[in-house]
Formats: sequence, C-alpha cells, structure tokens
Amino acid sequence: MSMQISGLAFDPATHPRRSTRVAFGEALMELAERDLRIVALAADSARLCCTWDFNEKHPDRGFNIGIAEQNLIGMAAGMASCGLIPFACSYAPFLQSRAIEQIRNDCAYTKLPVKIMATAAGIQMGTAGSTHHATEDLAILRSIANMTVVVPADAHATYKLTFKVAEWPGPVWLRTGRDPEFVVYTDGRDFEIGKAVVLREGRDATIIACGNLVLHALLAADLLAQEGLRIGVIDMHTIKPLDREAVLKAARETGRIVTAEEHNVIGGLGGAVAEVLAQEQPTPMRMIGLNDIFASIGPTYDLMKKYGLTYEGVADTVRKFVRG
Amino acid sequence: MPPILNQDRPKESRAEMLARLESQASLIRQRIMTTLQAAGSGHVGGSMSCADIITALYFQVLRMDPSDPRWPDRDRFVLSKGHASAVLCPALAECGFFPRELLDTFNQLDSPFSMHPDMLKIPGADMSTGSLGHGLAIGLGMAMAARVQKRLFRAFVLMGDGELSEGSVWESAMAAAFFKVDNLIAIIDRNQFGSDCALSDLPSANALAEKWRAFGWSVREIDGHDMGQVVDALTEAPFETGRPSMIVANTVKGKGVPFAEARFDWHYHVVDQDVVDRSLAALRGAESAKEEQR
Ligand SMILES: Cc1ncc(C[n+]2csc(CCOP(=O)(O)OP(=O)(O)O)c2C)c(N)n1
Repeated sequence: MSMQISGLAFDPATHPRRSTRVAFGEALMELAERDLRIVALAADSARLCCTWDFNEKHPDRGFNIGIAEQNLIGMAAGMASCGLIPFACSYAPFLQSRAIEQIRNDCAYTKLPVKIMATAAGIQMGTAGSTHHATEDLAILRSIANMTVVVPADAHATYKLTFKVAEWPGPVWLRTGRDPEFVVYTDGRDFEIGKAVVLREGRDATIIACGNLVLHALLAADLLAQEGLRIGVIDMHTIKPLDREAVLKAARETGRIVTAEEHNVIGGLGGAVAEVLAQEQPTPMRMIGLNDIFASIGPTYDLMKKYGLTYEGVADTVRKFVRG
Repeated sequence: MPPILNQDRPKESRAEMLARLESQASLIRQRIMTTLQAAGSGHVGGSMSCADIITALYFQVLRMDPSDPRWPDRDRFVLSKGHASAVLCPALAECGFFPRELLDTFNQLDSPFSMHPDMLKIPGADMSTGSLGHGLAIGLGMAMAARVQKRLFRAFVLMGDGELSEGSVWESAMAAAFFKVDNLIAIIDRNQFGSDCALSDLPSANALAEKWRAFGWSVREIDGHDMGQVVDALTEAPFETGRPSMIVANTVKGKGVPFAEARFDWHYHVVDQDVVDRSLAALRGAESAKEEQR
C-alpha cells in the first residue's frame, strides 16, 4: 500500500474512488475469456451488477432472468451441478433473505460452486431505506455450513478477489457496494481467500475491519498515532473461513481487539472474531457496527458518520477503549 | 379548512369530477419532479406511470381521514412497487396527511421520506415497502383481517409489471382466489419496462388478463391514463362477489414527461433544475391544452 493515508488529511470529497461493482465486472469479463465454464446471471440487475456488457458479448452464457431472486439462485445451482461456474448477481438485501433457502439448500448443502455477487450491501443505498440495506448478510451467510464469505475493502481488492472466488471450491458470497468506494490499495497486491492482510502492526490495540471500514480503520490508526497510540489494522476480507491465526496473533501482541464492519454488530465480523477469542484467548473487545438498529435515511456517508462508521467514530471508540 | 374526505365528497357531475382529478394528476406529476429535485435523483418513470391511478385512489376512491391516519376502518393501500414513493408521498401531502414543505427533505439525513415508503415515519402510509413481490400477500392479509374483524374496509395493492416475475406474487394470487377475498383489489401498472430494459427482453409475465383469470380473479383491462376508465374500474370493484379483482392498467413509463416516456434509462434518473424546468413546462402545457378542450 503506497498511498499516503492520513486521518488528518482525509477529505471524502477528493479521496480517489473506484467502484467495486465495476471492478467485479471487469474481472468477470476477463475470466469469461479464459474459462468457458463462467456464466453470468442477473435479476433485472445486470446494469447495477455490471454484467450487462458480459451478456451482450456472451449471449450464450450471460442471462438476465427478471426480478426473481429465488429463481436466480436455483438456476445457478442447477448450472453449477452440471459443471458450470455461475456468478449470480443481484442486490445483497434481496439475496441475503429472500433467496436464502435456495442458497442454503441448493448451493451450500450441495457444495456447488455458485458464486453470489451481492451488491449494494451494507448501507450503501442510504437514501433507499432499510428494505435496500443489507446489514445482516454476514451473520446469515456465515452461519451456513460450507459457505465462504468475502468482503473486499475496495475496487482493487474486489478485482483481485473475483479471480480467487472463481477458482475457490464451493459457494461464495462476494459482497460489493454501490457508488464508487474510496480507494485503499494502490500497490497492485494480490489477496488469498482466508488470509488476512496486516496493514499496520500495533501495540495498544488492533482494529480488525472489513469492506469500507478498512479505510476508516487506517485513517483512525493514523489519527491516534498523533496521540501516541500504536494501533494495528487488519483487513479481514474473508469473514469465513476466518484467519484465526491473524486474530490470535493480534490479540497476543496488542491485548485489545476492535472489530469494524458495515453491518449489525450482532453476528458478523465482530461475532466471528469473538468466537475465536472467547474460546482460545479471551481478550477485551469492542465491536463497531450498527448497534442492532435499522439505519435511518440519508446519503451514505452522512449515515456512516452518524453511526460512528467513519474514521472519527472508529478513533473515538478505540481511544476510549485504550485510555479507559 | 379541513380536507374533503372521499367518503363524503359534495355532489359533482362526472365531467366536473374528471376535470378535478385530471388537474390533480397533473399537479401530482409536477410534485413528483420537485420532490425528486430535492432528492437529486430518483424513480421518475415508475412514479409517472402510476400518477393517474394514485390520484384516482387518493382523491376519489379511498375512504380515509388525514386527521386520523390510523382510523381502523380506513381503506388500506399498499404500494407494492415501493420505489414509486415519489408519487405516494406528494399525494399524501396534498390529501393533508402532513405539510407539503416536509417533502423538501426527501432522501436527506433522517428524513421520514425516501426512495421507499416507511409506515413508521410517514403519516398515511399503510405499509413499508421496497422489496418487490411482498405487497399482494400483505394486501390479502389486510383484506382478510377486515373479514375477521367484521369491518368494511377494502385493501388496494399496486404492483409493477416487472414485479410479477417474483414467484411470491403468484402464491398470493392463488390464496386470494381460494379464500374468495373480494375486498382485495389489485392494480398492475403495465408500463412494459423494468429497471434494466423493456420487459420483453426479460423473462416476464404476459397475457396478464388471461393469467389472472386462470388464477380465479375477476379481471378488467383499462387505459391507465384515461381518468374515466381508472375511476370507473376502481369504484366498480369488486367486479364479482366472491372473487378478488384485478385491474390491468396499460400505462406508459414516464407518462407526462415526453423525454422520459417509454425509456429504461428514466427508471431512475438524475433530476436537476433543467430536468424540472422541462418537465414542468411539458406538464403545464398539456394541462392548459386539456383545460381549453374542456
Ligand atoms: C425483490 C427486489 N428485487 C429487485 C429490486 C430492484 N428494483 C427496483 S425497481 C425494479 C424494476 C421494477 O419494475 P416494475 O415492477 O415493472 O416497476 P415500474 O416499471 O412500474 O417502475 C427493480 C428490479 C427490488 N426493489 N426488489
């Protein structure tokens, strides 16, 4: 990571942005060129999920199946059972709940390689209201056996991880956003599913974050460095299987763990980390997320700020935790 | 002055009623655009296509009381295509459920109003919607609640035609006919478009009248922009005792804003000053031409 990131200089108006959806679409297009098993499915969501061009270019294996999320996942399972690698793409909120039985029974129980691209996740559709927010998906998906759950931190990570998702055995939930997200990675690095990225080594506490919160964790760590605190930052882009070693190492080295996610505080990344620590190395924790509420209405960044999901809020939580 | 409730409107001739509703519909369409301007963008196409239906419901058909939004005997309305919040909210404001100035906060931080209606925040909204394919089941439940409670209210449900691709719609279709729920009146905004493209380019339900008849419903097909036909269908329903009623309203997505009509890219679009100026000019022009005719 070469870009200078600092909580003191960060300006949401000028920080570079790139869309995770678009990055996904680019990766999928490349995958399709070299692997004839790749299929794209969308549910009147092809433009949103950036599979529209795929469908135009590969009409034989790019489908828009109408507003029918259960059918979307069921069809993908059928295709996967015949040896294809379908990417089923739609809004995270409708997939996480409406199509969940198809995901559980037809994809996970069967270990079929259905790749679910779940877009507009978290509270990225801030002004659309809670019907269009997905703030329980990590908890729901993580609790299903055989599922893999991936939450890239930015567009570059999404691009790289899409290739890994395609070759990973079994079903995967790949969580993406909506409006272009803030850039975190500029060094072209690669990612491994199940292997956390340690971005900062810490002494006083470690923030384990996923998705959009990775940037804010970094910014918060830099802010707190000015105050003499050394805060570790881990990008936990795979919620399941969780990189337990990375969690335990951070707990041993810094003695305090803070999780940060764009999700209900119940059952998501925080829950996953707590399950490991409680059993293997009890460690004081704080969990940053939506505090068991449906979010209000508003532009996404305003909402993130309101709920302490930007670097200011993250820094506050960490500061209070460390200073007591 | 308290608003005139639909259930006790003063006598007026049919021509007077239609003139009133038509100019009300034009006003509502203008409010859609100014509301979305406050938001910066929004669902233009699907709000415009059902503006005449919403107007007929709220200014003629629904029995309700804006001073008592939770009146237990009121007719219920479920906007199953919740993304048309930008037509529902102005209609509720014009009926007097809340001051229309509040709509200037549409989509802003902590506003009660957003792209999809929230029943806990918006006076007069009977259900929170946004995820497609939920409304018919909810309307059916409301209609059956009236039966259980021995009340006389009716439940109206407005669905999109793209929405009919959701399997849940057909589960409710079957159940409503089975339970002979004739106080359930559904309307399909048949504008032929979804979000990505024309519905003919997607697996989507067609031969709608035949389909709903086969499911045991009493069906009437109308021009969803002919106010006379819209009001007649809504007031004459239930069309048959013992059967749920379906109104297939043929509409044009974006109706009333010429540059937005029948286009997928105006399903959701930026709405700035220029867009508002051009749409209001078109809407007002059409309205004065109509007045002259009248
Ligand atoms: C379950 C669900 N899937 C997808 C969407 C996203 N979406 C919002 S509007 C829309 C198109 C709706 O088409 P239609 O029902 O015909 O409505 P209209 O054309 O009248 O706006 C889609 C796919 C949604 N809101 N809910």
